[in-house]
Amino acid sequence: MGRALMFRAPDGRLLARALRLPESTLELDAEGWTALLAIARAEQMLGTLAWRLGEVAVPPAVGRILGDAARSAEQGRVVALWEAEAARRALAPLGERIVLLKGTAFVAADLRAGQGRSIGDLDILVPRAALDRVEAALLDAGWEWVKPDPYDDAYYRQWMHELPPLIHRDRDRMIDVHHTILPLTARITPNAAALLADAVEVAPGLWALSPEDMVVHAAAHLFADGDLAGGIRNLWDIDQLCRQFAVTQPDFYVSLYERASEEGLSAQVQRALRLCWQLYDTPAVGYTSPIRIDLNKRWSDRLYLRRVTARDGWGRATRPVTRMAFYIRSHWLRMPPAMLARHLWTKWRKGGAGPASG
Amino acid sequence: MKHVFSVAIGPVGFRIGSDWRAPIAQLETLYGAYPKPAGDVPDFTVRLFAARPWRRVLRPSVMIGGDFVLPEAAPLPLAQGLLAAEMGMNLQMALGQRRYLLLHASVVERDGEALVMTGVSGAGKSTLAALLSLRGWRLMGDEFALLDPETGQLYAFPRLVSLKNASIATVAAEAAEDRFGPLLEGTPKGTIRHFVPDAQAITTMTQPACPALILFPSFGFEPAARDVSPSEVFVRLTQASTNYVALGERGFDALTRLVTSVPARAIDYPDTASAIAQVEAAWAAR
Repeated sequence: MGRALMFRAPDGRLLARALRLPESTLELDAEGWTALLAIARAEQMLGTLAWRLGEVAVPPAVGRILGDAARSAEQGRVVALWEAEAARRALAPLGERIVLLKGTAFVAADLRAGQGRSIGDLDILVPRAALDRVEAALLDAGWEWVKPDPYDDAYYRQWMHELPPLIHRDRDRMIDVHHTILPLTARITPNAAALLADAVEVAPGLWALSPEDMVVHAAAHLFADGDLAGGIRNLWDIDQLCRQFAVTQPDFYVSLYERASEEGLSAQVQRALRLCWQLYDTPAVGYTSPIRIDLNKRWSDRLYLRRVTARDGWGRATRPVTRMAFYIRSHWLRMPPAMLARHLWTKWRKGGAGPASG
Repeated sequence: MKHVFSVAIGPVGFRIGSDWRAPIAQLETLYGAYPKPAGDVPDFTVRLFAARPWRRVLRPSVMIGGDFVLPEAAPLPLAQGLLAAEMGMNLQMALGQRRYLLLHASVVERDGEALVMTGVSGAGKSTLAALLSLRGWRLMGDEFALLDPETGQLYAFPRLVSLKNASIATVAAEAAEDRFGPLLEGTPKGTIRHFVPDAQAITTMTQPACPALILFPSFGFEPAARDVSPSEVFVRLTQASTNYVALGERGFDALTRLVTSVPARAIDYPDTASAIAQVEAAWAAR
């Protein structure tokens, strides 16, 4: 382990530091590398790490592992783009905008946030009015329901911001069809029509959210919808998006704050930028006018960072109390108390509720 | 974790952490002659842990974790901790290996050329590999053949040979007692006993070999042999590979190259003598 980290057991900060300052890995010994690779793998960021360390001299054994991760990420990119193309072909006859979200959008738009990124499901946003036709077209093209449970199915349809997940019977890939970016039960209700209207075409027939909305969505997903699982990766997405957009748009942060405020997600975006700055040195800019944006550290940020970096050198999830607290918080945000009680009761009777199954 | 053991098996390094001493002590004994991972940085991590703190001592049962996990994996009793470690390592390979195309097969080598034996569980590939290794062949592995997409060469993965049920006695009749691990009874796969590869297999384990023959052995039938067409070999090997899909085009190219350049035979055998004779005959005629 490098001298600076010798007296502290490694956690997610080891990964954040390697991503922020690739040269900092030069001081790692075998034990430090082993911990870093285990943490990166557990956070599904080994491909991202491989990309970031591309220019840095690493030990041969590490180089082989990162080389494998880079090739694996490249294959993941090819598969993700192919899956997006398959959805485009299935939905083209509807004449609606297909807006890619998250990882697939990053690689389709060739953004830095997509470099080396692991991509799981295909997430798309479509107009709510087109939802039934989208569902029918996907079922017609070989996608099938994943959740056979009638309660889950009904819950999704009534309260969620997406259809119940579908899986393609030949390619074994999931698609999440969203009609807005937060559950309908959440207290914040972003304007989905505006998200769709401002989307940009990144490939023929495939769209992505506008730069500002990409960041707003990433922050909303992280702080208003989830228990911060994968937070270190989501914050990295936001860091890379902001850095890249700020280069081409000098006033990017102003328009980001404006957009966040329109969507009712100012607090989430500011929280994201504060944490990004503390983890990744993201050069976000605060303002006093026209809107007041104070990006100074808050005491509560420490709690969030404690959760986001809760990982040990064996890749294990640590800090169970903090994790549980954020898990409960995620449900609290997602639905009103009476409904939450009813939902958890139903889930508990089925033996499913808990931080692992969500 | 409290107890740790690191080992290189062929070109792959592992780190195994455990809440208990016993499985680590067994690994230290059985893998005593193996080197440490290259540069002391393992490719994969395996964790053997108790589901709840009190399960370390109270009816201890071993959960298998690591870089890659199966969500529904059932725990094993502590007495089968060694098996849990082996399953954990196999799991990392099956789910996480991206450098080599992984074929579920045993491999032995002679004069720099490799014989690949694949088939369903119970076909006898582990047993045959162990028996051939007692007859001058180099054991390259009883579970996975590692096909390098860049070179078309096979790399060795000579982990402990996992002998099951009746095959334990078959191999024990020919090998010294000190080459065996503890007898593990009542495992999900029946009775298991691990067989330690010989010194030659371990000292030469980083040397690749050129694939020369693919065999599909089937135990329990009258002696018979037939050629297997490249197209059939291709389909059967895609089914015998855990990472063929994940490797994408590299996997397709590597497998195409293998099946179009290497002959394949299916052999049926009723007993050891017949199996060895048929393997040698197929090898001579390759």
